[in-house]
Order: sequence, then C-alpha cells, then structure tokens
Amino acid sequence: MRLIRIITRSIRDSFRSVFRNFSLSLASISCITITLIVVAISIVLSYNVDNFSRNVEKDVTIVAFLDVDITSERIKQIEDEIYTIDYVETIEFKDKMDIAKDMMSSSDVYKNIMQNWTREDSPLQDTYQVKVSDINYIGKVAKEIESIENVGVVKYGEGMVEQLASIFKIIRNVCIGAVGALIVVTAFLISNTIKITIFSRKREIEIMRLVGASNMNIKIPFMFEGLILGIIGAILPVLTTTYGYVTLYQHFNGQLFSPFIRLIKPEPFIYWTSFILIVLGMIVGMIGSYRAVRKYLKI
Amino acid sequence: MDLIRMSNVKKTYKTGVTAIYDLNLSIEKGDFVFIIGSTGCGKSTLIKMLYREEKPNSGKIIIGGMNVAKLRNRKVYKLRRKIGVVFQDFKLLNRATVYENVAFALEIFGTPKSEIHAKVIKVLDLVGLKGKIKNYPNQLSGGEQQRVAIARAIVNGPKLLICDEPTGNLDEKTSMEIMEVLEAINRMGTTIIMVTHDRKIVELMQKRVILLDAGRVLKDYAKGTYKNATN
Ligand SMILES: Nc1ncnc2c1ncn2[C@@H]1O[C@H](COP(=O)(O)OP(=O)(O)OP(=O)(O)O)[C@@H](O)[C@H]1O
Ligand SMILES: [Mg+2]
Repeated sequence: MRLIRIITRSIRDSFRSVFRNFSLSLASISCITITLIVVAISIVLSYNVDNFSRNVEKDVTIVAFLDVDITSERIKQIEDEIYTIDYVETIEFKDKMDIAKDMMSSSDVYKNIMQNWTREDSPLQDTYQVKVSDINYIGKVAKEIESIENVGVVKYGEGMVEQLASIFKIIRNVCIGAVGALIVVTAFLISNTIKITIFSRKREIEIMRLVGASNMNIKIPFMFEGLILGIIGAILPVLTTTYGYVTLYQHFNGQLFSPFIRLIKPEPFIYWTSFILIVLGMIVGMIGSYRAVRKYLKI
Repeated sequence: MDLIRMSNVKKTYKTGVTAIYDLNLSIEKGDFVFIIGSTGCGKSTLIKMLYREEKPNSGKIIIGGMNVAKLRNRKVYKLRRKIGVVFQDFKLLNRATVYENVAFALEIFGTPKSEIHAKVIKVLDLVGLKGKIKNYPNQLSGGEQQRVAIARAIVNGPKLLICDEPTGNLDEKTSMEIMEVLEAINRMGTTIIMVTHDRKIVELMQKRVILLDAGRVLKDYAKGTYKNATN
C-alpha cells in the first residue's frame, strides 16, 4: 500500500516536474526526438535493404545450357548430377520450346522469327535453371555445373551478382552499426542533457535528502521523469515514420525505380517500428535519468 | 535522560582543517540549547555531524540510541526522518507552494493523503501560516519562508530540531517571532539545538548556551546563567 502510494506520487511528481521545468525538459525531449528520428530512418532503410537483398537472392538463377544433340536420358542424368552439388536448392528444366515461347511473348520481333520453329530446327538449347541456397557460393556452384559433361555454357550474371550481394551486406552492416552507435550516443546525450537539468535541480535533491528521502525515493521520480521524457520524445518520430513511410509507399506504389526493388508493406512494419521507437525512447530516457541522478546521490 | 551524547568527537576536513577537536557533549531530551562562537569556530560543523551531513573522523555520536558517527550514506535517511533541520537560507522548493513544500516531507514515506492534509494544516497553523498555503515561496516574506521551513522540519513530529542560524537573514522583530515559534515547539517536547550569532536572542531566551572556540567547548552555561556570565 505504502509502496503503491510512493510510486503513484512519484509518477504525479515526475509529470509535475516535467512541466514545471519545461524549458529543460524540452532540451531532453528534442534530443531524444532527433536521435529517434535518425534511428527510425536507419530502421526503415536497413530493413528495406535487407528485404530487397533477400528478394534479389531468391531471384538469382544459374542457367546451364545443354548441348544441342543431347539425348533425353542424358538430360535426366544431368539433373541428378546437379542435385549432388552443395548449395543447390532447386532445379527446373526448361526446354528450347519453352524458351522460344517466353521470348516470343516478350516481343513481336521474336514472334515473327520464331513462330515456325520446330524442336528439330530450333537453334536454341535446352536449359536447366538452378537456384542456390546461399548466393555467396553461386560462382562455385556454376563452375561445378559447367564441368558436367554435355553441359555447355553456364550463365548467372557473373560478377554483378556477387558485387550486389557484397554491397547489400555492407549496407546492412553499416545500418546495423549506425543504429547501435546511435543508441549509445543517445544514451550519453540524454544523460548529459538530463545531467544539466538535474544539476539545476541539485538543490531539490539536497532538500529531498534533508527531509529523509532514501536514494530510492529520489531515484524513482527522476526515472519516471526520464521515462515520460522518452515517451514524449518518441511521439514525433513515431508520427513521422508512420505517416512518412505510408506516404512513401503509396507514392512509389510499393516499389522503388523498378518492380525489381520492392518496399516492405507498411503494415505491420510501421507498428513494429513505432513500438521499437517508443521502447527505445523509454529505455534511453530512463537510463539517462538514472546515470544523471546517480551523480548527486551519496551512496 | 540524554537525547544526544557526543564523546571524543574529532573532525578534520579533507583540506586538512580541523574544525572540531575532541568534543564531549550531552544534551538532554526536551532541552533548548544555543551554540555560539566566533566565525569559523566549528558551530556548523558540529551540527552537521548531528544530522550526518559530515562524518567525524573519530569519536561517538549517539542520538536516541543510534550511533550517527557510524551511519552509512545510504542509511542517512533513517536519521533524517527522525530529526528536523532548519537553515538560514530556508531551503524551500521554489516551484512548489507552501502546502507542497511541507507535504513533501511526508509524501516521501508514502503517508496517506488524508493524513498528510491533517498534519500539514496543523503545523502550518502552529507556525501561523494557515492563510498562505497556496502561496509560492517568492510570494512570502523572509520570516514567512522560515516559518514554512520550520513547519516542514517538524511535520514528522521529530524528537530533535536542529537550526543553523535560522534568524540570520531576518530583522529583529521577525527574528523574535521565529523564536516564539521555536519556543512553542520546544514547549511541546521537541529538543532544539540552535546555532546563532545573535547575542540579543541568546540573552533574552535564557537557555543553555554552549560557547565554542576553535573547535573546542570554551564554556557551557547552564539554563538561565548566560546573561550573568557575560556581565
Ligand atoms: N566542507 C568543508 N571543507 C573544508 N573545510 C571546511 C568545510 N566546512 C567548514 N570548513 C572549515 O572548518 C572550520 C569550521 O567551519 P564551520 O562552518 O563549522 O564554522 P562556523 O562556526 O559555522 O562559522 P560561521 O559562524 O561563519 O558559520 C572553518 O575553518 C572552515 O573553513
Ligand atoms: Mg556556520
């Protein structure tokens, strides 16, 4: 009962002091707001890059062209041989007629040339379309497929794919690193801001001690205050990401520059992001307050 | 019975200054004691050790059975809840009303609201400030602010009230009004220790007077003997 009263009073007092020291609170709040906005941007960016690179990896295919005069038994055998290679995920056989059909449907020029081709006089080759489970091994898999007998040329957008993969990896790591560093910086920034605000309230702490407040009695209201500052500081970033992202998504129709680069659907992505921002604001506000108040407690 | 017993207390500050040398002192329950002496003789240091703002280097300080000299920082609040302290500069929360300033000292322990209200009104009445509970400190005179500080110090019903030059910032008339309040509190059974530079007050009140000089007790005048002694 007593504890509940102490806590409810602490909450009331922290609200009061947030507003009574409003100019100082504003400093902490804007500090939290600015950093959370940067964190929000990093989250949106890194998740989208992550999502995008996963999609690209899914789409990257090795195409193995088979010799023109190959027998159908040999085609079956090759399938089994490819399957024994590590990191091969799926294999799909596409014969020359399918390929001709695909090409004809993509352009009228092809259609005019190819429409009378039969299986026998087609210069195209039968192919296996192979997908790998890990894009980093695509070159190795391609090489092994190439060494199989009756397999001619193997194509997978060599170089480009690997480069893209490594660029994504870098972007992802940079984003994760940036978010991590930002969280640390925010905690410091906030604890410094709150330290300044608490310095101005050193007297208050001194008086609290004088009338018999224990360290806990002093800490609790200040930590609630940090919590409140954190939540208030998260309001703007949450609104910006929510409305900003939805607007962005609708404006670009869910894709960036080409259908190839798809954005993450706003729901439930924005809810998660908002949740993370609020929790982060709360934690960072509380830690900042705690670090700052500790300085003035005699322990 | 003694409320306070100090034996062989010595205090040397980190700077190397020794403010109190081997002090022995007992103060009875219900007493009113003045501590006087020239500037820098160690008056504030002596009472700071009583409310455990400073720790003696050696010696014992027993207040109501508690050895204050050994009290750890994190346990200081236990002592502070049993005593009241009043300063020359009032130490009020400027952003809080008179009522809130006094209630503050009770809220910290989670006292129920109804109980807080009754107690706060009672002490504010006692110090003669019942009509100004909604004022902020900067809307009060110095004397009134000191009354708020006294009300806050006694709202818990402490056995001991420590005052460091409570009238130092006040004019003569206001000082005497404050002394009347303290006298009334003392009559209700609270032991009072008051540091002061004001000879007039000390002569008028006729209480026990302890004269310090360079960290030692130079003279200890029993109740009612101070005026005679100086003549
Ligand atoms: N925190 C401190 N650190 C170092 N020295 C101190 C400290 N506080 C007081 N002193 C020294 O201890 C001695 C006694 O100081 P104290 O404040 O007890 O004097 P006082 O009798 O209260 O003087 P006044 O009448 O001016 O208030 C002085 O020499 C002072 O300089
Ligand atoms: Mg002094």
